[in-house]
Amino acid sequence: MRILKLLAGAVAALAFSALFAVGALAQQKPIKIGFSMALTGGLAGAGKAALISMEIWRDDVNKKGGLLGRPVELVHYDDATQPANVPGIYTKLLEVDKVDLVVSGYGTNLIVPAMPIVMRKKLVFPSLFGLAANEELKYDRYFQIMPAGPAPKTDWSKGFFDLAMAQNPKPKTVAIVAADAEFALNAAEGARDNAKKLGLNIVYDKTYPPPTTDFSPIVRAIQATSPDIVYVGSYPPDSVGIVKAANEVGLKAKMFGGGMVGLQFASIQKNLGPLLNGIVNYDFWVPESTLDFPGVKEFLAKYLEAAKGKGVDPYGHYLPPYAYAYLQVLGQSVEATKGLDHGKLAAHMHKTTFDTVVGKVKFGKNGEWARTRTLQVQFRDVQPDNLEQFAGPGKRIVLYPKEWKSGDLVYPYKQ
Amino acid sequence: MLSADLLANAVVAGILLGGFYAAVAIGLAIVFGQLDIVNIAHPAFIIVGAYIAYILNSRFGLDPVLIGLAAAPVFFLVGALIYRIYFLAFERTGQESLSGLAFFFGVMFIIEVVLILIYGVDYRLVQADYIGQTWSLGFVDFPLRMLVPFAVAAALTAGIHAYLSRTFMGRAIQAVAQDRLALQLMGADPVRIKQWAFGLGIATAAIAGSLLIVIGPVEPSVGRQYIGRVFAIVVLGGMGSIQGMFIAALILGVVESMVSTFVGPSWSPAVAFGVLALTLALRPAGLFGRQ
Repeated sequence: MRILKLLAGAVAALAFSALFAVGALAQQKPIKIGFSMALTGGLAGAGKAALISMEIWRDDVNKKGGLLGRPVELVHYDDATQPANVPGIYTKLLEVDKVDLVVSGYGTNLIVPAMPIVMRKKLVFPSLFGLAANEELKYDRYFQIMPAGPAPKTDWSKGFFDLAMAQNPKPKTVAIVAADAEFALNAAEGARDNAKKLGLNIVYDKTYPPPTTDFSPIVRAIQATSPDIVYVGSYPPDSVGIVKAANEVGLKAKMFGGGMVGLQFASIQKNLGPLLNGIVNYDFWVPESTLDFPGVKEFLAKYLEAAKGKGVDPYGHYLPPYAYAYLQVLGQSVEATKGLDHGKLAAHMHKTTFDTVVGKVKFGKNGEWARTRTLQVQFRDVQPDNLEQFAGPGKRIVLYPKEWKSGDLVYPYKQ
Repeated sequence: MLSADLLANAVVAGILLGGFYAAVAIGLAIVFGQLDIVNIAHPAFIIVGAYIAYILNSRFGLDPVLIGLAAAPVFFLVGALIYRIYFLAFERTGQESLSGLAFFFGVMFIIEVVLILIYGVDYRLVQADYIGQTWSLGFVDFPLRMLVPFAVAAALTAGIHAYLSRTFMGRAIQAVAQDRLALQLMGADPVRIKQWAFGLGIATAAIAGSLLIVIGPVEPSVGRQYIGRVFAIVVLGGMGSIQGMFIAALILGVVESMVSTFVGPSWSPAVAFGVLALTLALRPAGLFGRQ
C-alpha cells in the first residue's frame, strides 16, 4: 500500500512538473524565426510543402521543450513567387516583427533578393534550394541545404555526364536544351562546361521561353541532330511537355533527362507513368534503402498526414525533408552555441557536421554542401496510373553518387 | 538541317498548335472583338474549365473533352451573370474602359485564389486513351494530344461562325458590335444581346480549358501565360472576325513551330509578335477586319 501511495505521489509530481514545464515554456518569450515563402504563384506547390515541413519541425521542437527553453514561433509571409516582394517582407520581419532568426524562402529567385538585407544585418541565412545563389555575393553566413555541392552549376550535372562517359561505347554527342530562366540557364551552363571538359561534341544547344505549349518542334529539331545523350534543364509544365513530345516523336537518344524539375513530384510521376521509364534525372531523396537516414521515415509519415487535402505533393520526397533539415541545422546550432549570437552561430555552422533527416550535412567555405549529393536516378518499371508505386523503393534507382547507389544504369534503356 | 521530313512536321505541329490557340482565343474574339469588353480574365475562366475537366476525369474517368462540352452551358449562365454585374456596375454608367478592366483583373485574381484555396497549387493532369498516341501519315506525325484539340477547335470555330452569320441572335450580336443605336431603333435590347454574347464567349472557355489540360499540366496561375497571345490573335485576325481569328491563330502556331524547329525556340515569341506588328503595319484592321 505504501509503495502504491509513493508511486501515486511520484506520478502526480511528474504530471505537475510536466504541466509546469509546458506552462513555463508558454510563458517564455518565443524565439521567432522569420521567412518569406511562395504560397501563391508559380512556386507555390513547393512553397506550401516546405511550410508544412517547417511547421512539423516547429511542433517537434516545441514538444521537446523548444530551443534554449523557449518556444519556437514561425513568422512568415507569402511572397507570391514575386522576387520584388521579398526585400519588403524581410524588412518587416526584422524591423516590425523583430524576429530573432531568419531563413530563406524557396527557390533561387526568391533567395537572392533577401540577401542584401540579411547581409547588412550580418545574420546567418540558412537557405532552401537556391542554385548558386551565393556565387556572386560570397556571403560568409549563407548556408545552402540543397546538396548541389561546392561548385553548384557544374556539380548539378556532373553525375549525369560521369554516368554517360562510363558507358561502352562512350557517347560522342550531346544536345542541351533549357528554359530561358535562372535555374535552367545555370543548369545548362554547368552541363555545357561538363560536356566540354569531357570532350563531348555539343550538337544542339538552345533555350526555349517558359510559356511554351508544344515541345514537339523542339524535340524534333534535337532528333535531327542525332545526339547520343540529351540534357534538359526544365520546369514542371515543360518537363511534362518534353517527356510527352519525346515519346510522340520517338526520340532515340541513349540517355535523356538530367535537370528536369517536376519529375520528382508524385502527381506528375503518376500521369506520365511508363513514359518515364529509362529517363535519368536529378533528385535529392528517393525511398531507396541507401538513403534511409535516421528520422526521415518518421518525418515523412508526419508529412503524409499533414499534407492531406492541402493540394501539395502527397509523399513529399523531394523538398520537404530538406525544409525540415535546414531548420534542424539552425536549431542544433542555437542549442550548441547556447544563444542567438549570429557570429557564433555562423562559426558553428561552418565547422560542424550536422545530423539531420537528410543525413549528415557539412557545409563548405561558400556555404554550399562541402561535397555534392545531387543524385542521378533512373526511372524503372513504372506502371501506368498508379500513384502508390512511387511511395516505396524500386521505381527510382539511385545511380550516382557511388556512396548512395542502389543500382546500375541501364544504357540505352529499352522498355 | 532543312529536310522535307522536318519541314512537314514543323508545319503540321504549327497548324495543330494554332488550332488550340484558336480555341483559347475564340471566346475573346466574341467578347473583345465584337463587344469591345476587355475581358482579361478569359484565360482564368479557361483554367476553371481545365479544373472541371480534371475533377470529373480523375473522379469518374470521363473524357476531358466531353466534360468541357457538357460544362459549356453552365459557363454560359455564369458568363451571362458576370456580364449583368459588369453592365450594372460599369457599362451603364459609362465607366467600362478603366474600371471595367480593373473589374476583370479582379475577377482573374479571385478565380486564381479560389482555385488555390480549394485545390492547392499542385499541377493537375488528366488521363485519356488518346493522350500519348500518335498517328503517322508517311513521315508526318499527328500526336493525338494535339490533333484532338485541333479538331475540336476547328469544329468550335465553324460552329460559332455559322451561328453568328446564320442565326437571328448571331446576326444581332454582330449588329450590336456595329451599331448599338440602330439595333435599339429596331426594337431589340442591346443589353440582352450582349449578355447572350458574353455568355457564349465564356462558354467556349469550358471547352478550351478541357483542351488545355489534354495538352499539358495546369495550375491556377498558368492562364496568365496566354493573355498576351490570345489578345494578339484577336487583333491580328481583325477584331470580331471569327475566320480571321482562326487563320491568325494558325499563322501564329506555324510561325512559332517553324522558328522553334529551324532557328531556336527562344526566338519564337519574338518572331510571332513581329509578324503581328508587321501585319498591323500593313493592314491596321488585321487580316479580316473591316478597313
